[in-house]
Amino acid sequence: MPLVIAFGAGLVFGLGLLISGMADPAKVLGFLDIAGPWDPSLALVMGGAVGVAMVAFALARRRGTTLRGTPLQWPTARGVDARLVGGGVLFGIGWGLAGLCPGPALVLLGMGAPDAWLFAAAMLAGMAVFEGIEQWRRRD
Amino acid sequence: MAIDWNVFTPGTALAGGALIGLAAGGFFLLAGRIAGISGVMGGLLRPRRGDTAWRLAFVAGLMAAPLAYALAAPLPAVHIDASAGLLIAAGLLVGVGTHYGAGCTSGHGVCGLSRFSGRSLAATVVFMAAGMATVFVLRHLG
Repeated sequence: MPLVIAFGAGLVFGLGLLISGMADPAKVLGFLDIAGPWDPSLALVMGGAVGVAMVAFALARRRGTTLRGTPLQWPTARGVDARLVGGGVLFGIGWGLAGLCPGPALVLLGMGAPDAWLFAAAMLAGMAVFEGIEQWRRRD
Repeated sequence: MAIDWNVFTPGTALAGGALIGLAAGGFFLLAGRIAGISGVMGGLLRPRRGDTAWRLAFVAGLMAAPLAYALAAPLPAVHIDASAGLLIAAGLLVGVGTHYGAGCTSGHGVCGLSRFSGRSLAATVVFMAAGMATVFVLRHLG
């Protein structure tokens, strides 16, 4: 795909994270802290995002191809299995520990925020270790 | 759940959310791919010809966002309070969890919910609950 599309999407996504406050772990944790002084902002961020993206996905569904005529890569996985749930639990715990997930972590890296690189490196290590295990398993 | 009106920012939350939706929706309409950031990054670990450059460009865009933002306004304050050990543990769990769970807040939460995926709804409920439980334990127990 044209690199400018990927770059532009990442840029706009990152701007959205910054404007909505989702690049600030404290604000994310404020949403996850339901027993404390509660900040519902994340719910509205999700709502705003889904509201807009929903239109795009419906349009894509009707068109059958991208606006450029190239194939749409709809996810094919179906069903709720142990991997999905287990992975979700682990991700959720990690998210709750520091209020960071992949997108905001990259934005923070771009900001030169101290310690953002520590999280990002650990995240890549976590991805890489399990990717390695999977590939090793599949080699037979 | 007692709303803290001092920190709740409904306007910018909706506006920023709409931009996120624009990015994710636009990316699918233009490039035909899901803007799931854990997946975009994970694919860099399984390099395939013709599949790497766009991922790097997407990541570069995310990292460039603060630079673009700063052209118009001072960057918002950011507070990373977790200790180094906690950050490492959190990173490892996020890395492992998004790999097994096949997605994160952008992939499942934004893209998945927007296309009415039951699988993504389940995933989102699970990681939200896990996140809330974790914060509860860290902040309100012991």
